[in-house]
Amino acid sequence: MTTFRLNGREVTVDVPGDTPLLWVIRDEVGLTGTKFGCGIGMCGACTIHIGGRATRSCVTPISAAEGADITTIEGIDPEGNHPVQQVWREIQVPQCGYCQSGQIMQAISLLKDYPSPTDEEIDAVMAGSLCRCMTYIRIREAIKKAAATARGDASNG
Amino acid sequence: MIKRIAAAIVGIGVAGGVGFLAYAWYPAIAPVAPPPPSSFSAAQIERGRVLAAGGYCAECHTRTDGKRGVELAGDYKMDTPFGAIFSSNITPDPETGIGHWSEAAFRRAMRKGISRDGTQLFPAFPFDHFTHMTDQDIDDVYAFLMTREPVHSVKRDNTVGFPFNIRLEQAGWKLLFLHEGPLKNDPSHDAEWNRGAYLAEGLSHCSACHTPRNLMGAEKASAPYDGAPVDNWIAPPLNEHNPTPVVWTEDEYFKYLRFGSAPLHGSAAGPMSPVVHGGLSEMPESDVHAIAHYLADIDHASTRVSQDPKAIAWAMQASMKDLVGPQVNPNAKLYAGACAACHANAGPQPVEGRPDLALNNALWLDEPTNLFQVILRGIGTTEGISTVSMPSFYHSFSDADLARLAAYLRATRTTLPPWTDLEKKAAEVRKTLPAPPVASSH
Repeated sequence: MTTFRLNGREVTVDVPGDTPLLWVIRDEVGLTGTKFGCGIGMCGACTIHIGGRATRSCVTPISAAEGADITTIEGIDPEGNHPVQQVWREIQVPQCGYCQSGQIMQAISLLKDYPSPTDEEIDAVMAGSLCRCMTYIRIREAIKKAAATARGDASNG
Repeated sequence: MIKRIAAAIVGIGVAGGVGFLAYAWYPAIAPVAPPPPSSFSAAQIERGRVLAAGGYCAECHTRTDGKRGVELAGDYKMDTPFGAIFSSNITPDPETGIGHWSEAAFRRAMRKGISRDGTQLFPAFPFDHFTHMTDQDIDDVYAFLMTREPVHSVKRDNTVGFPFNIRLEQAGWKLLFLHEGPLKNDPSHDAEWNRGAYLAEGLSHCSACHTPRNLMGAEKASAPYDGAPVDNWIAPPLNEHNPTPVVWTEDEYFKYLRFGSAPLHGSAAGPMSPVVHGGLSEMPESDVHAIAHYLADIDHASTRVSQDPKAIAWAMQASMKDLVGPQVNPNAKLYAGACAACHANAGPQPVEGRPDLALNNALWLDEPTNLFQVILRGIGTTEGISTVSMPSFYHSFSDADLARLAAYLRATRTTLPPWTDLEKKAAEVRKTLPAPPVASSH
């Protein structure tokens, strides 16, 4: 038995401790916004937040999530209007879209650590999130716009 | 003449032998009826609970191989160079535990390493540390243990072979290595230092893992806190031989021991994780401060700390190496793809929650053991920083990949000589871990 919080809701699952967290999220709980990419933590498609930090769920065993506070793409905003999601739409970042929930989760985490990220910081942190449609240029632009929006909000507030 | 000399030698030998036996022999202490829980005050039981946590009783008295045992019911398998030793049941079960032990019997075990029935205990039980505890603290632990639920549990037999299985030999071991009695106050230090010394050297027995052992399994008096291998990990040196670029200051020690992570050194993983999360986190904050205060004196932090800003500046520069611009180095690509999203740092200090590898213990130790352990196992939310986790890269990297990654990090994120035989060492660490299932599409 493993108990954790998923998008604010307490979840208890009875699966072997070495079951990947991604399987639990998609198959046991039924939230399919988080994607399976490479299965070895090298592409970023399965990125979620554990304790607010971007984590590859395909290589995280459920036993490592005991008591954790987990957020998936479905949990960052009930209407899909998280500021990062808004700029993603404005700039029309996705092409096929498969990797994008992972990209967004990683970007939110990046902006928390580096609220005004440079190109270098974006490249270093986002390098583990692959996109076969090569949307990298728009991802970088969207991250910078989200950072600018957040700064603007702060100065207006 | 020769006969007389021989007779004298035999005579001395016999006398010595008799003397040794007299020294080594202890009577059984009469069994008592298990004391009713009501004979202990709630305050004493609570003090005992905290002390038992700070002494990690449950860590070595709970079975972890195969089906997990009931807490404190013993049968934990401890591998030693002499064979496997299985710990005893310290719940108050009269038949298989310590239900018949009087307080006097318990004190004698803690102070002298003698079981209630008079047999010598192996020093796998760290009585050479517990001997330094006060009577009051020992009695409080007794109160806590005797008020647990009795569990009927028989331990497996030790596999210690001849001649080390002769328990009488332990008396000789004690003659050499046991310094019996409560720790004396050192008037040249303040009260906090002395409290830290009492806890670190006694109850919490830090050096049991962090000091290398001699051929007889005793801590080497000539190398206190020099670091040692333990349970397929390395317990790092806690003295000035600790190789990390930034000094373990009192503040770093406190954060590590209290919360499981030192921002400029890394997280408490592996065998160190329960020390923090099941142990020291239960103790009063002032006690953890005292241990940190004492350890920071052992590594002479105050005389070395002035170099830290330079070391941090160097590390922060190293942290971003090979992460900007097109990358052709395949080893750097491994790092950029798997690690940098969480570990790369820019700016003057690492961001909280982004452990920087250029500062990390695991990368600066003489052997890559801990680095491989962490990459292969990951770190769960019950370890390290308790709200976050690191995935397991067991299936992501072959032993050859691990070797390349470790060599690359050692070369670019430290100033130390390269590690050797990395692929072999990666395979050795992997062998000690269960394989998680392969995550596959379906």
